[in-house]
Amino acid sequence: MTQMDAPRVQTGAGDPPVERAPVIEMRDISITFGSVQALSEVSVRLYAGEVHALMGENGAGKSTLIKALTGVYSIDSGVVLVGGEKHSFSSPLAAQAAGISTVYQEVNLVPNLTVAENMLLGREPRRFGAVHVREMNRRARETLHGLGVDIDPGSLLGEHPIAIQQLVAIARAVDVDARVLILDEPTSSLDADEVQKLFEVMRRLRGQGVAIVFVSHFLDQVYEIADRMTILRNGRLVGERMVAGTPQLELVKLMIGRELETLERLDRSQSSSAGASSTPVLKALGISRKGSLEVTDLELYEGEVVGLAGLLGSGRTELARLLFGADTVDSGDVTIRGERRRLRSPRHAIDRKISFSSEDRKSEGLVEDLTVADNMLLALQASRGWLRPIPQATRERLVEQYLKALDIRPADPTALMRNMSGGNQQKVLLARWLITEPDILILDEPTRGIDIGAKAQIQAKVAELAAQGISIVFISAELEEVLRLSDRLVVMRDRRKIDERPNHGVNVSDVLRIIAGESRSEREEAEGA
Amino acid sequence: MPENPTLVQRLLRHQLLWPVLALVALLVINVVATPTFLNIRMQDGHLYGNVVDIVRNSAPVMLVALGMTLVIATRGIDLSVGAIAAISAAVACTRIVGAGDEAALTTAVMACTYALIACIALGAWNGFLVSVLRIQPIIATLILMVAGRGISMAITDGQITTPNNGWFSDLASGFVLTLPLAFIIALVVFALTAVLTRRTALGMLIEAVGINPEASRLAGVRSRTITWTVYTFSGLCSGIAGLVIAANTNSVNANSLGLWIELDAILAVVIGGTSLAGGRFSLTGTFIGAIFIATLARTIPNIGIPSEVNYLFKAIVVIAVCLLQSSRARSVFRRHRSVTPGPAVPVAKGIAA
Repeated sequence: MTQMDAPRVQTGAGDPPVERAPVIEMRDISITFGSVQALSEVSVRLYAGEVHALMGENGAGKSTLIKALTGVYSIDSGVVLVGGEKHSFSSPLAAQAAGISTVYQEVNLVPNLTVAENMLLGREPRRFGAVHVREMNRRARETLHGLGVDIDPGSLLGEHPIAIQQLVAIARAVDVDARVLILDEPTSSLDADEVQKLFEVMRRLRGQGVAIVFVSHFLDQVYEIADRMTILRNGRLVGERMVAGTPQLELVKLMIGRELETLERLDRSQSSSAGASSTPVLKALGISRKGSLEVTDLELYEGEVVGLAGLLGSGRTELARLLFGADTVDSGDVTIRGERRRLRSPRHAIDRKISFSSEDRKSEGLVEDLTVADNMLLALQASRGWLRPIPQATRERLVEQYLKALDIRPADPTALMRNMSGGNQQKVLLARWLITEPDILILDEPTRGIDIGAKAQIQAKVAELAAQGISIVFISAELEEVLRLSDRLVVMRDRRKIDERPNHGVNVSDVLRIIAGESRSEREEAEGA
Repeated sequence: MPENPTLVQRLLRHQLLWPVLALVALLVINVVATPTFLNIRMQDGHLYGNVVDIVRNSAPVMLVALGMTLVIATRGIDLSVGAIAAISAAVACTRIVGAGDEAALTTAVMACTYALIACIALGAWNGFLVSVLRIQPIIATLILMVAGRGISMAITDGQITTPNNGWFSDLASGFVLTLPLAFIIALVVFALTAVLTRRTALGMLIEAVGINPEASRLAGVRSRTITWTVYTFSGLCSGIAGLVIAANTNSVNANSLGLWIELDAILAVVIGGTSLAGGRFSLTGTFIGAIFIATLARTIPNIGIPSEVNYLFKAIVVIAVCLLQSSRARSVFRRHRSVTPGPAVPVAKGIAA
């Protein structure tokens, strides 16, 4: 790759203070879990007074790297230098003592303690052996004030919105005199105003000389706040860049890992039959939900596969969940076959013949301690109600039919779901929805983490279902897969739809350009054509 | 020959193995203490003996535990069962006492019907709190656990009410087909529960909700209805139990009737192999668990445990059974054994000496 020859530091304007030594330098870090190489000779440098973005798709190794730095994971080879000296932290506590604090995506504070108690938990000021509440509140207020956050330190943490809780977590981290502050996806549940508030705090800390590691899937945010970035892919370092000197397209390319020039055009085997019917099966108009999706429209026609492309956190899953009623919309209308419907729950959606297979197979799909047969029949049985059990003969026929149609192995209806392989679990879940005979099938990452054979079978099934007239929303992080299957392509970014076009001659590099936000003019050309 | 190990293995892996073994062990202890313990004799067309007493005495706990099993399978718990039993008994007994013809069969039937309708309503109240208002089950049912005693006190005016109706007393002391009627009632409810859950889809949906509530919701399971149903059913079961208990003493003391029965019922469910974490449940396991609890109660006087320490003894037995059931505890035990295979015998001798 490019890590050897790339001029990592001296790129463009605003060079990092190279004359100074980095606060933290991780050099050639490797970590293996069992037989999996999670990190392979990754190096990162953090300087005082910079916001450093750690970029990469899911599984690139960002979290592993953070955990290696903070002493959660032990390092197989490589060194960590803190202020030029070799260090190895045996625990997160040791890392914290050295001035490295982490604020995780989920705020791990105690909601039913006060703000001040949370900030000073474990190091409360004491008087006569008891906690000195007034002193504690004073110190908390002072720290919060320094960050420009004006809330009552005596109020319960749980009463505040997530954004404020996040700031309290940061205040807690800063209060231990952090030299390095790691923010892991801090903006994932914040709205635009709250993000600005957070950035304000980050700028303040940067001004005070703190080195901030910023992990986010939102490219715009990275370009707004970060100074430099380190890009990882599949556990390897693929680049270290100044943010200002790096076009977004180049960043996306590095993250996803393809040279645009060498990308082949992928043919779509399906010929498009979409657009034949005039009224859409489903039409979502201006749907949105605070903290998950900005106002978005989507139309879905009979027998059509709509592919949702976008990076993680782009809003692709969030849109799917809203269409299924798994989350409820804050605004907007959903029209199904011309009738306006409010999807209040998955049950409503299922009654309207909409199905949704979640990306999170384990916690939102499988019922692990039930059998394969029960898992397959769960949705159908649920819609019949408990008083009308599926007759034994029908059960056997359906289970038999789908074990065969989807080539599920072992073809044992009485096997427990937990004992099946990932690919076969996914097929059982697909069967669960096909048995309900849906009109609309939303598949979120149906092929993630399963073997090639099962993947190809699921893709073939999707094409077959569309040919039978089912409308399909297909979501996958793999753009080739989305392009291979889709009639129409919807590109998401930063929680909104940014592009939509028929999948005629679109290739992966086009999609990457759209995701990188560089193709406004090209897009108009394409639409004109 | 090759079938033998698989049969043994299947037996060893069977989820009812440990409850059954525990029950057998308890019976063996009793027989050692009293060789005639298992004797049963026929008198006036009825069966008599310790075993018959045990199955009769197991009826109230069994009834409560059947409802409790379903509640626990949905990851819930019902602490109000004892209070509901007391209300049931209070309603039935006051209606009998207040009726024109106190001894008539119709009086007894009507009284019991009123009582059970009240209990269904109370169970539905619990279900409402848990499924609609989403109050944690332990808190939601704690409300009725406390308030229910007050309600039953109010119904009986705080008096110990003694109905005078032979039909009603027969609920506990009567015999049908040589067996105690109370046990027959429990058996019938057991069979009906089994049919209700395993012949309909209720059992599977309860388990799905208990194992993975979010996946069930996304699959369209109406978990609210399911939850509501099981709490209502638990109320009904507790009500029947209350009638049997009141019939047994032919009186209702609103303060003490069914006191602590929720603990025995929860124990019966746990001993029967249903996890408090929800999910897969075993009604047969609960059945055996309830018999075990009743046998234990009989064992304590039989082997001469002083009454001062009988709760302690009970606690020790329950801990032992729970440890046996815990696969983790078993594996720890097994590891210790396999680490010291050689000296195991001499050490044991040393301890014995």
